[in-house]
Parts: sequence; C-alpha cells; structure tokens
Amino acid sequence: MTAATTPTPSSKQKTFRVRIKRQESQGTDPHWHTFDVPYRPNLNIISVLQEIAARPVTAAGEQVRPPVWEANCLEEVCGACTMIINGHVRQSCSTLLDDVLGDDNTLTLEPMTKFPVVRDLAVDRQRMFNALKKIKAWVPIDGTHSLGAGPMESPEQQEMRYALSRCMTCGCCLEACPQYTKDNDFIGPAAIGQTLLFNLHETGKKAAGDRLNVMMEPGGITDCGNAQNCVKVCPKEVPLTEAIAHVGRQTTVHAVKKFFTGK
Amino acid sequence: MATKQPRVIVVGGGLAGLAASVRIAEAGTPVDLFSMVPVRRSHSVCAQGGINATNEVARQQGYSEWMHMDETLYGGDFLNHQPPVYDMTHWAPRIIDLLDRAGVPFNRTSEGRRDLRKFGGSLFKRTHFSGATTGQQLLYALDEQTRRHEAEGHVTKYEFWEFLWPVLDDDGVCRGIIAQDMRTMEIRSFRADAVIMATGGCGAIFGKSTMSVICTGAAAARCYRAGAWLGNPEMIQVHPTAIPGEDKCRLMSESARGEGGRVWVPRKQGDDRKPTDIPDAERWYFLEERYPAYGNLVPRDIATREIFNVCQEGYGVGGGNMVYLDVSHLPDETKHKLDGILEIYEKFVGDNPRKVPMKIFPAVHYSMGGMYTIYATEEKKPVEGDEGQAIGMKFGDPTNMQTNIPGLYAFGEVNYQYHGATRLGANALLSCIFDGLYCGLGTHNRVTNMDKPAAELPDSLYNKYIEQEQAKVKHLSEAQGKHNPYELHERMGSEMTAACTVVKTEERMTKAYGVLREIKEQYEDIRLSDTTSWTNANLGFARALGDMIRYAEATLLGSIERKESRGSHYRPDYPERDDAKFHKTCIAKYDSAGDKPIIEWEDVPCPLVPPRARTYGKVEVSAESAASKQADLDNKPGGEGYSQRPSETSPVYGTETNGKDASAS
Ligand SMILES: Cc1cc2nc3c(=O)[nH]c(=O)nc-3n(C[C@H](O)[C@H](O)[C@H](O)COP(=O)(O)OP(=O)(O)OC[C@H]3O[C@@H](n4cnc5c(N)ncnc54)[C@H](O)[C@@H]3O)c2cc1C
Ligand code: SF4
Ligand code: SF4
Ligand code: FES
Repeated sequence: MTAATTPTPSSKQKTFRVRIKRQESQGTDPHWHTFDVPYRPNLNIISVLQEIAARPVTAAGEQVRPPVWEANCLEEVCGACTMIINGHVRQSCSTLLDDVLGDDNTLTLEPMTKFPVVRDLAVDRQRMFNALKKIKAWVPIDGTHSLGAGPMESPEQQEMRYALSRCMTCGCCLEACPQYTKDNDFIGPAAIGQTLLFNLHETGKKAAGDRLNVMMEPGGITDCGNAQNCVKVCPKEVPLTEAIAHVGRQTTVHAVKKFFTGK
Repeated sequence: MATKQPRVIVVGGGLAGLAASVRIAEAGTPVDLFSMVPVRRSHSVCAQGGINATNEVARQQGYSEWMHMDETLYGGDFLNHQPPVYDMTHWAPRIIDLLDRAGVPFNRTSEGRRDLRKFGGSLFKRTHFSGATTGQQLLYALDEQTRRHEAEGHVTKYEFWEFLWPVLDDDGVCRGIIAQDMRTMEIRSFRADAVIMATGGCGAIFGKSTMSVICTGAAAARCYRAGAWLGNPEMIQVHPTAIPGEDKCRLMSESARGEGGRVWVPRKQGDDRKPTDIPDAERWYFLEERYPAYGNLVPRDIATREIFNVCQEGYGVGGGNMVYLDVSHLPDETKHKLDGILEIYEKFVGDNPRKVPMKIFPAVHYSMGGMYTIYATEEKKPVEGDEGQAIGMKFGDPTNMQTNIPGLYAFGEVNYQYHGATRLGANALLSCIFDGLYCGLGTHNRVTNMDKPAAELPDSLYNKYIEQEQAKVKHLSEAQGKHNPYELHERMGSEMTAACTVVKTEERMTKAYGVLREIKEQYEDIRLSDTTSWTNANLGFARALGDMIRYAEATLLGSIERKESRGSHYRPDYPERDDAKFHKTCIAKYDSAGDKPIIEWEDVPCPLVPPRARTYGKVEVSAESAASKQADLDNKPGGEGYSQRPSETSPVYGTETNGKDASAS
C-alpha cells in the first residue's frame, strides 16, 4: 500500500467548498459567499461554520463578516440549528459533513424558507411558539402547591406521549409541508402533534375542547393535505402521521358533538 | 415602563429561571423573563439521566430524605451548606409530584407508577427519569406552565435579549438590569425590585465541554465585576463519560451505568483486538474491582480520576485517552430506556453502541461553584427518617439565595450552594427547580414590602449604566488590533483544560495564570470581523470573552489557593483533605482597581452532619489482580425490581481509606 504518497481517489479533497446564502436582514436581497475549508474527517456542519466564522475569508480572498446562525445544544435536542443543507432541511449540529458532501465536493447552506430571515442562516420561528399558545399547549394544573402525584399512566400511553413530547420546535416539518407557507395561517404538523400530546393527558384533556376548536378553525387540521412530507423529515421521529389521524378523528367527534349540543 | 406594581426580573429561562417565573407569577408579582435563546431551547434540555428524590418504594427499603441529604453532602465532600440541602432533599418528592401533575412523561412501571433507575453515589434506586432526555421533558413542562402565565399576562418574555449588567443604586442595592436585543442591538435598561440570575454554568471557559454554546459564565462574571462575590469558583466537575468531538464533548449519561453499563479497558496494555473479540476474563473492570460496593456508580470525580489514571498508566484503548463504556450486554428493554443517548453516540460517532462498546473520556461538565449566596435558617420538625436535628432554610425568607448584593439573587447552576466539591448525578435538575419554587417565594416577599420601588427611581441612575454598556460596544467595534477573539478563546480553553480540571498542580496552574494575563492583554488589542449593527454575534462573543477571562482567573486563583484535595478538586501536591485549613468556602471578590480576584475563606457550618472521610469503600487492585466476581453481582441491569440496601448500615463510609483521611475533622 502506498496510500501515504498517492492521493486518495475519493472526491473529498484537502479542502471542500462551502456556499452560504447570505442576507443582511429581512427585506434585503440575498447573495452568496463561497469559502474553501480544510477537510477533516468527522466534521459536523456546525464545526464547518465555526471554522468559517473564526476566519471569514472567501475563496476569492475577500474578508467578509462571519456568517450568523442559531445553535445551542449541539446534540440535536434544542431545535435551534435547523437549516437547509444541500437542499434538505435538517439540524446542522447532527449532520456530518461526510454524509452530505457529494461528488461536487460542495456544501450548500441556506436558511429555511418558511420563516422570515433574521440574518444569513438564522430565521424567526416565533410563529411556532405562538401556535403553542393558541392551542393551550400545557396541562392546566391547580398551581405549584404540594397536591400529591399526577394521574397514573400506562407504560404504553407514556411511550406515546414521550414520543410526541420529544418535539423540539425545530420547524423541519413545517419547512417540508406543502400546505404551510410564509403567508397563510396553517397551524402546521408540530402543533397538531402537541394537540394530541395534551389531549391524551388526564388533566390536559380538560382543555381538549379549546384545542379542537382551534383545529376546526381556518388554518386548523382541515388544511392538512395528508402529503406526509412532515413525518419524513422530523429528526425526532415524532409520530406525526398518527397525531394527524388521531386529532382529525377527535375533531370530527368534537364537531358533531358541538353541532348537537351547541357547545 | 414606570409602573407602581413591583416587578421581578428573571435572567435565564432554564429550569431554574422557569420554575422561579412560574412561582413568582403565581404568587401575584409580574415577571420579566430574559433569555439569549427562546427559553424552550435553554441548556437544561441537554440533561439526560434523571432527577433524584426518595419515593415510597425506596423509603420502604430503608431510604429517606435524610439519606438523600447525607449522600449529597458526602458526595460534595462536605463543602455544601447543609440547611439548603436539607430542604432540597425533603422537597424533592413534592417536586416530582408537581412535575408529574404538569404532564412530564416519566417512565412507568407496568402498574403505571413512576419507575426509578440507579445513579451515581447511591446504593438505592432513587432517580426518576423520562426516557434518556429527562431535562428536555422537565424543561418543556415548566416552559408550558410559563407560557400559560404569559398568555394570562403575568410573565413577559424577552427572548434573544442578552443581560449585560446589573443596575445598582447608590446604596448598592440591585434595581434592575441593562440588556441588549440581540437582533436590533438596542441597549436598554429595565427596572425591577429584584433580579434573579438563573444563567447556568460556565463550561465555555474550558473551551469545549458537555454544555451548550451559550454556557459561557459571562452573565455571572458581569455580576462579579459589578461587585457580586463568587463562591467556590474552583469547583468544576469533569464528567467521566463523554464523547470527544470537534465542536463539543457530548455527554454519555451516567444513566448508561445506572442501567448496568460497565467501564473497562483490556487487561493487557496495547491490546489492539476489537473490543468484541476480547473475552470477559481479559477485560479490566477497574471501577468494579476498586469500588466493590459502588462499582461503576462511584461519584463522578472518582470515576473521572480513575479513568484518567488508567489511561495515564497506558491502559487506555489503543494506548490513548479512551476507555470503553459497554452497554452491549444489556437486555433490549433496558437498551430501549437508553435510546436517547445511544442515538447520540450513533449519530455522532457512527458505531452502534447496542452492539459495540462505546469509546469515552472525561470532559468538563458542571460548575458546582458560582455566585455566592446566603439564606436564613430555621429549625424544622423532623420527619420520619430524619436521623438528627432538622435545620433548614426559613421558608419564604427574602434573603434565601440572595447574593451579597441586596435584591440580586442566584438560582440554579449559577448558584454555588448545593453541591459542594462534587455534584451527584441527577441532583442538578433538582437543585434548579427547588431554587425556583422554594426561593422564588422569598423573592416575591421581598418585592411586596419595598419602601422605595424601582419605578420611582430617577432615570439618571439607569442612563449611567446604559452609557457604560454603549461605550463598551463602541470600544469593541472600533478596535483595530491584531487578535482574533475566537483564537484567544481557543487558547484560554486549552490552557484551562490542561491546568485546571482533573489534576491540578501549583506549577501548572501558576503558568496558566500567567497565560491568562497575557490573553487579557491581547484581548485589549482585538479586532472584530463584524462591526455591523444588526444581529452581530461576533460582537456578543467578543464581549463575553472579556468576562469569561475574569471568571477563569477566579477559577484558577481559587484552585491555586485551595491547597488540599477535596471532591473534584484534586491536587497531587496536596493529596489530603485538610479540614482545619480548608473546610471553607472559597470566596472570590473582584478587585476592580487591580483587575484581579481576591480570595477569602469562610467557614462552612455543619449543623446537621459532621464531616467524615470520603472513600466510597475503595480497595487497592491492579489490572493483574483477580477480577472481583462480586462486582458482577452488584451490577445486574436495572428494570427488574429495586435493589436492596446492603445488609450492614453504611458499610462503606469511612472504613477503608485511600489516603484521604478526614483526620482534621
Ligand atoms: C449534557 C448534560 C447532561 C446533564 N444531565 C443531567 C441529569 O441527568 N440530571 C441532572 O440533575 N443534571 C444534569 N445536567 C446538569 C443540568 O442540566 C444543569 O445543571 C441545569 O440544566 C442548569 O439549569 P439552569 O436553569 O441553571 O441553567 P440553563 O438551563 O443553562 O439555562 C440558562 C439560561 O440562562 C440564559 N442566559 C445565560 N446567559 C445569559 C445572558 N447573558 N443574558 C440572558 N440570558 C442568559 C440562557 O438563555 C438560558 O435560558 C446535565 C448537564 C449536561 C451538560
Ligand atoms: S401530512 Fe402533509 S400537509 Fe399534512 S402537515 Fe404533514 S406535510 Fe403538511
Ligand atoms: S414535529 Fe419533528 S420536525 Fe416538527 S418541529 Fe417537532 S421535532 Fe421538529
Ligand atoms: S444545536 Fe440544538 S438541535 Fe442543533
């Protein structure tokens, strides 16, 4: 083996190319910057961005300002670092360069398109948090005083609620959903998942009617076209298909009941 | 925003900040909640393993709140303050109940009750958990309750706002804060009758750690520079099991060992066979052999030093800094409970830990030290299981967890109170929520009895501080020096990690102190690559770096001056615990004229439990000595009933000694 002297046949050269879509702020025109970054095995996308931020010189040798992105946990649990990586929406902390760098040796990073851009790769996902407020995504407890344990729960139901409760408000599902756009009012799959999460809980159920009212309104669950794109991109494998089906049924029952009782 | 109603500012929306916000809003005082990230993305989401509290099953096996307290103090090598720990452990079961009511999907037994797992520093199962993402689940529950108060108008959130400085009036009382909108870069003052710092740990002063990106310690450092004291800044926990990475060290939770995971290296140095090809008899389970009672579940500082030493002696995997953490032998149901963390390993390393042992090494993880705080004490009526006089904090007292600055409080990881010289696994989440719920009431009580509310103070007081912060920004953005803040940070991080973590010697630390001084000078000569005025992350980072350097100095000087070994603070040049000289809190005060820390010492009262030697029943064994089969028995995987307490009472405390005799106590 003379591997040490001959270059490896791999397309991964000593450096690779990174194209980043830049935007100064909302309402300004985006532009692209290209950087050449030294290759090392096992880099994740955040490390690539850190490398560029520390020495922000483009491939053409121009000193530019460092790119802006959002990240916090770096282990795919806070939901902050979502972006579009080589055309796919995903978390930049848990995406390894080796898994996405293609034959063209280029990494392309863009901000999500369904949310207003704050700057470069950072977007404003406040709409997701507002949706949580709208559907009353909480258990209406009687306060923090010492009032004994919560309701008992079967391990099966716990597993289902845990799976729904892992949603980290990253927005991948909304980016992928054809029905969710920047300027409509569809509540989106993440909030539907949360609706089920709280409607399943013994005490959470007390506000189920309010949540289902939101689901019946324009922008509610009837806007879902069942394309299933959402569940495919969810990094936490939140059971969105089940949630949409369940909440759909709950909404129908609720609507019928409302029709007959007027409540 | 001049309103007459008293207000409280909470800086930080992790578990501590959210628990405080909910408690205070519920008591009727409006809260302004500040966070650099949407609170739902706070660092607390990273916590994996669980949260400790005694429960009925443990109690019937002989465990109690008192024993939980005792373990916490023994684990902390008696540097913790005892009355707050008394209350924390006695409130723990209620806190779990509350979280349960709030919808946290705790793992369940087949009957539908909350399941428990084993964790470090205890011979009992007393750790409640929600999959392997307990922190995320707890944080969400409190985030949701906060959102409810927000919807009802009791909490106002300022997300993507950075705390810059506390506002102190002429009497040195805290009256609000200066903060900056991280998007528009606007700098503003906010009035408050009390300010709670709940800003978490300071991992970033070591460069890479298991913490999140924003855990820089800068907020605490700013308070320190403004006159708040630090308590035990030298006490930093290095977690034994992490996966070293380019951008961060990812934690492999103690729950892996709690569920039966085993740490080992090949018995033969340099054995380069695949781990799965090495038969059991040729594996050295060094923790199980050296600590037959606790096995893999010795406290973190001990596991960390053992792993570190085994690697130093050349037994590391491939001769390097790496040992195996093995869960591959566990039954599938047990592995399933660990899915959340096993996925992390799989995602970031590529191997499947269900089949192959994981390769891990220690990493900086937690700050036991932080802002110095006080509290009021009160004698309590002992409850069942209490083994002595019961002394706790005076419930609702406005001084509880207040810093030396009146009106400025510290809750959660940034508070130095609960964990002494080592934090036990699954005790941090508890201390954060406890601070918010228990001490939050004291803060509320303070502001409802103010004779001079902040709303009536002159604008000039606040404007002075706004100008101070604007001047800093101007200075940084106009700097035309030659140093890159990211490079300075890298240098500081590697220096701090080398000098001031697992093994600390006078010589190495003194050198590092010199290097820090050099970095401080270079910091005065930096240059930013972004000088624009919209979402300028570069500016925020550079500003925080200046504060981090000051925090690091206090950590180093405290470490140099604590000439003893205690818990996580290990000095080979002073290998004994020295209670006569150092059973004391290290207080770091900022000397602004000299721009350096001044270290002072304060006695730690022990009204509940007298200090004793901390050995965890260590026995001397080497790689060659016969493997202790007993360890295997003690280490059966969890999930099938609760482990019994060993027959003798306290068999391990203070019997054997590894040279750390508490002779002076
Ligand atoms: C990987 C990992 C796993 C862990 N697992 C466990 C476990 O299983 N059990 C356990 O008990 N403990 C565990 N811990 C420890 C525990 O997670 C932390 O101690 C705890 O979450 C700290 O919570 P906190 O509320 O004090 O702060 P954090 O959750 O760190 O929150 C800090 C808050 O302060 C804000 N903030 C910081 N600086 C500023 C500023 N300048 N201006 C405005 N806002 C600011 C942030 O935005 C954030 O909202 C773990 C820690 C790590 C790193
Ligand atoms: S199923 Fe399709 S339309 Fe419905 S939420 Fe998912 S992606 Fe959107
Ligand atoms: S459902 Fe999945 S993709 Fe959607 S926000 Fe939650 S975690 Fe992200
Ligand atoms: S940084 Fe938290 S999900 Fe990527």
